[in-house]
Amino acid sequence: MDRGVHPRWESLSAEPEFRALLRSRRRFVVPATIFFIAYYLALPISAGFWPKAMSRPVLGPLTIAYCFALSQFVMAWILLALYLLRARQFDLAAARLRRRETREVLESK
Amino acid sequence: MTAQPSLVMFSIFVGITLVVTGWASGQSRTSRGFYTADRRIGGLQNGWAIAGDYVSAATFLGITGLVAFYGFDGFMYSVGWLVAYLAVLFLVAEPLRNTGKYTLADLMSFRLRGRGVRAIAALSTLTITLFYLIAQMVGVGALVNLLLPRFPDVVAITGVGVLMLVYVIFGGMLATTWVQIIKAGLLLVTSLALAVLAVRHFNFSLGTFFSAASSVSSSAGTSNLLEPGLLFHGPIGAWNLISLGLALVLGTAGLPHILMRFFTVPSAKAARTSVAWAMVLVGVFYLATSFMGLGAATLVGKDHIGRRMYAGQAIAYIARHPAQQTALDEQLRKKGYIVPTPDSNLAAPLLASQLGGSFLTAFVAAVAFATILAVVAGLTLTASSAFAHDIWFSLIRGGRGDETEHLFVARAAALTVGGLAIALSIALRGFNVAFLVGLAFAVAASANVPVILLALSWRRFSRLGAIAGMLAGLVSSLALIALSPVVMGDRALFPLENPGIISIPAGLIGAVVGTLLARDRESEAMFDQLQVRATTGLGAEV
Repeated sequence: MDRGVHPRWESLSAEPEFRALLRSRRRFVVPATIFFIAYYLALPISAGFWPKAMSRPVLGPLTIAYCFALSQFVMAWILLALYLLRARQFDLAAARLRRRETREVLESK
Repeated sequence: MTAQPSLVMFSIFVGITLVVTGWASGQSRTSRGFYTADRRIGGLQNGWAIAGDYVSAATFLGITGLVAFYGFDGFMYSVGWLVAYLAVLFLVAEPLRNTGKYTLADLMSFRLRGRGVRAIAALSTLTITLFYLIAQMVGVGALVNLLLPRFPDVVAITGVGVLMLVYVIFGGMLATTWVQIIKAGLLLVTSLALAVLAVRHFNFSLGTFFSAASSVSSSAGTSNLLEPGLLFHGPIGAWNLISLGLALVLGTAGLPHILMRFFTVPSAKAARTSVAWAMVLVGVFYLATSFMGLGAATLVGKDHIGRRMYAGQAIAYIARHPAQQTALDEQLRKKGYIVPTPDSNLAAPLLASQLGGSFLTAFVAAVAFATILAVVAGLTLTASSAFAHDIWFSLIRGGRGDETEHLFVARAAALTVGGLAIALSIALRGFNVAFLVGLAFAVAASANVPVILLALSWRRFSRLGAIAGMLAGLVSSLALIALSPVVMGDRALFPLENPGIISIPAGLIGAVVGTLLARDRESEAMFDQLQVRATTGLGAEV
């Protein structure tokens, strides 16, 4: 945006459209973060404390532990794809706010 | 291993990167160009550069070796280092691009104005990057001793240091970015080739491949590399694994040299795209470590992974070690060489030698050196930005000073940091400094990550909280490492090798307690503005 434009930060932060963008971002990011940390930590916790149980072969020679480790890659890539899909809406909303604010500030001058 | 082909290949890499540096030096003569390549790097390019900045030689050689020796437990590093990017993606990449200028301290001191926060943030950046830098450069010495035994290590460390300084000082961020992109391409092609060749050896049957990995025999007996517990065993092992996992998964989001890459792209959207590409590239690489490591374990064998001695050298060694004489004599008679002590770092080069002969081995060695070069260049640039932008300009000169001075100080800082790193690495060569990488991750996760997250999301968060949090995280991780088995050996006062499980909560508690002690109206007043900027990109640096 234009360097000469100073958006009205406080009033902008109270606007319903901005609050909605913030909320919809949080509604994705907070559960997704809790989920991936829990899913990830379950691996060292289970492998560390129950190595015997985790050593059972389930997929041919592959043990539960190794399958769980490989599944972390799938988990990471799926969450990445979901976020990229959702982020398109965030981008649209952010661009709308940016355009409007820049126009209004310029008009009020 | 013959030195010549790898030196030739490495020289070709150096030649190409020097041409790139020459081109880059003509592109920009401002400090903004020096630190951020004028924010004109595309998302795809930045994704490759992040992969090139992130995957060090310690990862390429080290993790392949850990998987070869300890199977699943070694692979845990790969998993943690990939999943870590979700934290970067969800929590820091976009807000950082929207609110920062050149450094991590910019993000923190946006609402936490004043000298204290910036000084400590710069100190934490310098600590992390210097530790990481020394670990990489001491690694050059070790790598030379392993791969090119007749090449003097002091010459190699100095050579790598001088090259890194040439890239950074003359080419700035633009040259550093392209060195990282070229290196990431080379590394990815090499690891994929090794992984595919390893599986080809089993006629492309994954079942046969993993079956072989599930019963690997060595002089120590048969082991199943697909089972957990070979490296981390017992209750202490379990806590070590969890503590390491925490530092790996959170630390990346606080590594200054990775975060700095998000200032090189034009927008938050491009920052997100670059994390996406990095996650694809880094993920493919880490999957390949599993195949390289298990391939080395099954095709080369643990007993043969280590420095090989042939003929006269072997006989002289056997004569000096009478205790091992019988076993070594038999090795020499059967194989024509001996492996006096196992060294997991040689798993990847020896796998290459088994699968593709001396050409592939030389290529792997050259790629390993290229890898170090790209990583140290990124680190030096980051350290110089913390020194020149945060300490010199913001703290000492109070924001005054013209462009010529700024650029001069940035280059002088790079020279100082690089010179210091070369000198320290030569002094420390021969020591095992691998723990410095773990330390860098622990400090990043404990000192930086809690403060970054609270600054972005907690209205009440204060300057005192930021300072207390960063100091608590920094001091507790340094102190616990100093008391741990990696430094004190058997007499360790702290049982875990990785301090994350204590130091990360310490950083968080420090930040919360510091905040609750006193209100910081100025910081609270800036919160709305920070939130609007971080979310919408209004007013972002261009």
